[in-house]
Amino acid sequence: MAALLNRRTVISGFILLALVFPFLTKNSYVLHILTLAFIWMIAVYGLNLLAGYTGYLSLAHAGFFAIGAYSLGILTVKVGMNYWLAFLSSLIITCILGLLIGLIALRTKEHFFAIYTLCVGYIIYLVIDKWDGLTGGVRGLIGIPVPAGFGPLSFEKPLSQYYLILFFLLLTVLMVYRIVHSLSGRTFIAIRNSEELAKTLGIATMKNKLMVFVLSTLFAGLAGVLYASFIRFIGPDIGYITITFDLLMYLLVGGIGTLAGPIVGTLLIVWVSQSLQFLQDYRMLIFGPLLTLLIIFYPRGIIGAFYEWKIKRQEKKRMRALIKNHKDAEFPTANSVPDKKVKEG
Amino acid sequence: MLELKGLSVSYGSFTAIESIDVLVQKGEIVVLLGSNGAGKSTTFKAISGLEKPRKGEILFEGKSIDSRSPGRIVESGIVQCAEGRKLFPKMSVSENLIMGAYVHRKNKKAIKQSIKHVYELFPILYEKKENAAGSLSGGQQQMLAIGRALMAKPKLMLLDEPSIGLAPLIVEQMFEVIQQINEEGTTILLAEQNANAALGIASKGYVFESGSIVVQGTSEELLSDDSVRKAYIGA
Ligand SMILES: Nc1ncnc2c1ncn2[C@@H]1O[C@H](COP(=O)(O)OP(=O)(O)OP(=O)(O)O)[C@@H](O)[C@H]1O
Ligand SMILES: [Mg+2]
Repeated sequence: MAALLNRRTVISGFILLALVFPFLTKNSYVLHILTLAFIWMIAVYGLNLLAGYTGYLSLAHAGFFAIGAYSLGILTVKVGMNYWLAFLSSLIITCILGLLIGLIALRTKEHFFAIYTLCVGYIIYLVIDKWDGLTGGVRGLIGIPVPAGFGPLSFEKPLSQYYLILFFLLLTVLMVYRIVHSLSGRTFIAIRNSEELAKTLGIATMKNKLMVFVLSTLFAGLAGVLYASFIRFIGPDIGYITITFDLLMYLLVGGIGTLAGPIVGTLLIVWVSQSLQFLQDYRMLIFGPLLTLLIIFYPRGIIGAFYEWKIKRQEKKRMRALIKNHKDAEFPTANSVPDKKVKEG
Repeated sequence: MLELKGLSVSYGSFTAIESIDVLVQKGEIVVLLGSNGAGKSTTFKAISGLEKPRKGEILFEGKSIDSRSPGRIVESGIVQCAEGRKLFPKMSVSENLIMGAYVHRKNKKAIKQSIKHVYELFPILYEKKENAAGSLSGGQQQMLAIGRALMAKPKLMLLDEPSIGLAPLIVEQMFEVIQQINEEGTTILLAEQNANAALGIASKGYVFESGSIVVQGTSEELLSDDSVRKAYIGA
């Protein structure tokens, strides 16, 4: 109970901080970077559902991000569609393409799945880069409108965009939370554990994998759509593989297969790479080895390490209490020690 | 209830079982004996739909099931408890059990009842219900694996070597529980190395040798068969 309350206060604290943050800083650049980080987080949550909870590492994630962004760009700039209609259509387009690609990609597993999706991601990039007529090729698309206002609400100013994107981030977290804590979530974890075992329990693994794949592309697409109307200019590089690897890095650092991982990892890496900007691309010389060490020692990232530490501390406390109470009574037997349980998520 | 007719299964070019015939009647306990690599698990995988037969037919309650997906087969009432106590190690005992009732996921009340029943069969699981499955002892894990299979409310349960690696006393208890599950109305097909114990509760058995059935008969016949005694009982 105390832990639950604790967790609830931590979460409300963070939400409150995010809400008042723009009033704490007068620096519009910081606000801009934070808004961008929120967008990445949404995409990372999508990757986490698929790679973290279901065990399928997709390297086409930036491709779907770009599909979302370009769909919105093309529908608003070239077709002249109403903004929110274009917004919705872009998400649908991303999901449909996700479904078609997932149908084929999910016939492979493990490394082959990763390699296959890597190729798919590159093909998406190439299509965007070369299909001048539709995407504007290397020149990209400019003049993408900001989100249209609702009645008195308008999203012209960076501050209002910050809140809009924060809203979508919270919505994403809520959705992922509900999914992970439902039977579907446990089904995904079951598939990650062992597909054959999942099958013997009667789980339709293909159907479930396809569902997660499409969900993960939905979040990538949502992030892409928000990116397009936040930056208002998009080029083919947003679909390039480096973006996928950035997203993956945020996830790994924060904690793959954990709920808070995407937020923690993204914030940390974005903040560190902003502070190390003077090093330019040599930053990677620092990140590379650090990331390797992290993966070796904390395969579930910062959040995973935190949970491990918490469990250890509780265990120690309990043992100490036991020893105190049973000073002369018998020593706690192996049976009376509740085995530690690492919570999923 | 279950009938395998001339069933063959291959892994690539390797034939693991070659035209076997097995008949299981409703309410029976039937045992498959055979040394390592004889093809028992392969037979189970074929029945569960995890491996497609190359030749032959699998009939369940008179209907062919060999083209059904594993999920559909579980829904129609055949559940496998695979060898090696495969569990979800990080999920708790109760979560593992709930996953076992996946095909009944819409019926929360029935799931609660099944869980209660499993806890009655295996009281130790109730004590450990909040613990991670991976932290249980080998015997407890085997109980959990059987309990999880029960959660699907099978008509026919396939049990692949439930006694492997267990202390003699626990083996005895395990077979008592299997018998009890059978008496409650579940037909059981059992794969075992422990011929003595298995034939003690089974009504009949089949002996596998490199992919074919070499001997079959009632438990009494098998227990008195010289070749079976030599190979599996050591007398
Ligand atoms: N996935 C697989 N791919 C290729 N060959 C396999 C595979 N699984 C089993 N085999 C082979 O099929 C044969 C039968 O294996 P199976 O697992 O059915 O034996 P078993 O009777 O269950 O043995 P055990 O008592 O050791 O569990 C073995 O020779 C094995 O090497
Ligand atoms: Mg076997």
